[in-house]
Amino acid sequence: MTKQACVVALVGNPNAGKSALFNALTGARQKIANYPGVTVERKAGRMALPGGEPAELVDLPGAYGLDATSPDEEVTRAVIMGEMVGQARPDVLVIVLDAANLAQHLVFAQEMIALGRPAVAALNMIDLAERDGLVLDPAALQAALGVPVIPTVAVRRRGLDDLAAAISEARDRVSAAAPAPRPHLTLPERRMLAREMAHGAILSESSQHRIHSRIDHVLLHPWAGPVILFGLLFVVFQAVFSWATPFADALKAGFQALGDLVRTVLPPSLPRDFLTDGVIAGVGAVLVFLPQILILFFFILSMEATGYMARAAFLMDRLMAGVGLSGRSFIPLLSSFACAVPGIMSTRSITDPKDRLTTILVAPLMTCSARLPVYAVIIAAFIPSQQVLPGIGLQGLVLFGLYVVGVFGAMAVALVLRRSVTKGATSGFIMELPKYQLPTVRDLALGLFQRAWVFTRRAGTMILTVTIVLWLLLNFPRAEPGADQVDASVAGHIANGLAVVIAPIGFNRDIALALIPAMAAREVAVSALATTYAVGETDPDAQGRALGVSLKSNWSLATALAFLAWFVFAPQCMSTIAVTRRETNGWKWPIFMLSYMFGLAYLFAGLTYWTAAAFGLG
Amino acid sequence: MTLDQLPIGVPARIARIDWAQLVPEEAQRLRAMGIDEGAEVKLSYRGVFMTRDPIALEIGRMTLALRRAHARAMEVEPVINEISAEIPAEAAE
Repeated sequence: MTKQACVVALVGNPNAGKSALFNALTGARQKIANYPGVTVERKAGRMALPGGEPAELVDLPGAYGLDATSPDEEVTRAVIMGEMVGQARPDVLVIVLDAANLAQHLVFAQEMIALGRPAVAALNMIDLAERDGLVLDPAALQAALGVPVIPTVAVRRRGLDDLAAAISEARDRVSAAAPAPRPHLTLPERRMLAREMAHGAILSESSQHRIHSRIDHVLLHPWAGPVILFGLLFVVFQAVFSWATPFADALKAGFQALGDLVRTVLPPSLPRDFLTDGVIAGVGAVLVFLPQILILFFFILSMEATGYMARAAFLMDRLMAGVGLSGRSFIPLLSSFACAVPGIMSTRSITDPKDRLTTILVAPLMTCSARLPVYAVIIAAFIPSQQVLPGIGLQGLVLFGLYVVGVFGAMAVALVLRRSVTKGATSGFIMELPKYQLPTVRDLALGLFQRAWVFTRRAGTMILTVTIVLWLLLNFPRAEPGADQVDASVAGHIANGLAVVIAPIGFNRDIALALIPAMAAREVAVSALATTYAVGETDPDAQGRALGVSLKSNWSLATALAFLAWFVFAPQCMSTIAVTRRETNGWKWPIFMLSYMFGLAYLFAGLTYWTAAAFGLG
Repeated sequence: MTLDQLPIGVPARIARIDWAQLVPEEAQRLRAMGIDEGAEVKLSYRGVFMTRDPIALEIGRMTLALRRAHARAMEVEPVINEISAEIPAEAAE
């Protein structure tokens, strides 16, 4: 083995622009994974030092100090100290500073420099500081800090070469003479010194003509702020459900065409059915959600990059406090409308552990995009398409109602959990509101690409596996000629057993058969029902219609409504359970989540069925 | 006067913080973000709804959101002397 590549770590307060700097330095050459044993994302990538020598750049979570108050900060501390398993101790620390907020950012910077390790400071976002009327003197700051100070504008790719050169020099200085660790200062001493250093580095400062305070004046206005927020959320949902349709249709048609192609090329056989009905139909059913997920993430990433997300959390804090959560939970719950998996992953920024756990446990109740196909099929089959009010159809109203039930369900469960299982001190809400910034196309595109990749990989691995297993269970053992294949199969036997349990809430064997594979992902219920009813149509529109017809002839309205109620609450998503296990470090909470959600699903499906049956709809 | 009663836009200095009223982790977090005795702050926004919670303060060049419950633990005093003392000195030059 040759000598190990140089490891460089980006450290700094949250909102210093670390991620933008990381993206600018590494480009698309990055790898996102998890630190072993903890739930914090590890972002690492390759950067080039002068002369073309590669170095590994690690982006550490934002921290305010080495005394950790959140899982994120603990990772930062452990990596810097070289205590993180599977992560070599960084050779060079790049301290990222917000040029416009030096008095604050220099507090943590001093703590870093005091470690006596090779370090470089990036005076980042210097353009925004200039916009604020600040003229800075990097040389003065360098003299005060005792480490090289490089002005950078990560989003405009300014100062990157200088930074790379400084990193290389700092690394080479290690062997020569490492600077002696400095005396440990207390926090108030560091703060005082930070203020002095910031003061000394500012050449001139015009009064507070800050654009962002003028924007905040509107966006945080006591009544205009919430109106704008809800208007924006309306646009987001509108976009997710209407903009995505043409792309989703195109994808669906593409998979259909692929299936047809295989069907014409290969002779009729079991392996051919396996390819078309199993692999292509199964993976295709999930991949059609990619456009919706990308559109939702486009809005979420933009809201984060502009700094609006923190304002949304501010505006929503009071409402969230009503159920024992804080504004910080708003972002994960909003993401959960696309998919609970990224929603649960984004709870990492919640500092209070009880708050975080509660948010994880209720996130799957938010109506994710995988429920949409299930809802759509049932509503189209059973709810008459009529106008309630001009422009408002009954079908749309029922769909909206299902979303509302999900939100209220989540709130109610959070309220109960905060008083029982996750009881604790009322959570606080402390959050920096970052400066407004125009997001760069590059960073947005990179973020979207990463989400798309994670989602596609999941469809290609986990969902593919489940589809194959289900297909095998449905097709083996083979039935006697003339007998029903489903009843003869392993899956059929399991479903017949399950049907006894769910018969009281109006569910039949076909539903049992759909619910088992739908444990992998909710949307699988639709394709499973279609398979069970042996609908041979291949045209997607006709297939939807045909499934509707078989549903209508096999199910009562009461059963259909109960089925909808079931899917509002049922935890039918293997990825959510897996991510919950990972994020809570054990099986206790995923099992709790499964039990309470199945309990609620059974209860509400039952209540719906019995009520509807009492009205003569059974 | 405590910080939650401070009128919007009026600069003030935090004179005393009753740390015992705060959860230790939150106290540590607030301190790390620059909220400490002697810090100069300005209340910039109050939340929606009846309780006007949470609040946003300006501290240095940072805007920080916190709950009124935190602000209630912080005693503030008006900032007058330094600024008014500096202006005539500059004008005299």
